[in-house]
Amino acid sequence: MDEIDRRLINRLQAGLPVSRRPFDIIADELGISMDVLLERIQQLLDVRVLTRFGPMYNAVNLGGALSLCAMRVPQDRYDDVADCVNAFPEVAHNYERDHLLNMWFVVATEQAGQAAAVIRAIEQETGCQVYDMPKLEEFYIGLQLTV
Amino acid sequence: MVLTETDRQLVAVIQDGLPLTAHPYAVIGEQLGISEADVIVRLSELQSAGLIKRMGVVVNHRALGYRANAMVVWDVPDTDVERVGELLAGESCITLCYQRPRRGSEWPYNLFCMIHGREHGGVLRRLEQIIQYHALEHITHDVLFSGRSFKQRGARYVMILPEKFRG
Repeated sequence: MDEIDRRLINRLQAGLPVSRRPFDIIADELGISMDVLLERIQQLLDVRVLTRFGPMYNAVNLGGALSLCAMRVPQDRYDDVADCVNAFPEVAHNYERDHLLNMWFVVATEQAGQAAAVIRAIEQETGCQVYDMPKLEEFYIGLQLTV
Repeated sequence: MVLTETDRQLVAVIQDGLPLTAHPYAVIGEQLGISEADVIVRLSELQSAGLIKRMGVVVNHRALGYRANAMVVWDVPDTDVERVGELLAGESCITLCYQRPRRGSEWPYNLFCMIHGREHGGVLRRLEQIIQYHALEHITHDVLFSGRSFKQRGARYVMILPEKFRG
């Protein structure tokens, strides 16, 4: 990753313009050609520095639900349970964390009413209790990492 | 704002990413049978209504060198959670800050924030500074560093893509 990649990542996190030639605008800002820009973005996606490029939805405003969930998973079953949880298309992120509640994942559903059923299905398939913690209030959301 | 069927199809088509081409919104319009201008208008409205936050990227923070990812959780009296939440949200190293429900004696915490840093020690030092600066010593907290990451992508909105848009 070089200086152009870093500036590109910082710039893309702020959002792509919704206009006819959005990549031209960003390429101009960065002082590179649009072809180079598109090539760079594709490379960053290929090496998975960027995992997705596109719209950041507000699931709740779209009528859906987003909940942070945690489980206490026995160490000897950890990998199997992780595979099982990850196989649900509604699971967006899944992290191991150093706590008794050691598996943390996000369940996102298209309709608010569907989350409970997904959580129940995860409990049934894994045999672990899910602690479901949907957000009550958001004080800040600005996950933008400067690189 | 009520989503039209076209909005829903638009959300479905772009959720895995924008085409990397000079006129991405024209390509999307072709897929949906609407004009580039219509795509731009619909997307702008979805953005101003807050349904789409922005057209952006999901970054793999580990690949960017942010290997220490701490979820810091606090057991704040309910009457004080608003104030403490705003204080934490004002700290530049804190990337997310939410109030969430407590879950019994095993999980007494109601305020969650994330600190991303390059290494554990630095994150913990930064947290100590925040606690001292805002006089939060009396609030019980815990720090959960992440271990392995199994899955990392943005949430999908439309789970099942309408038949005609499947690749």
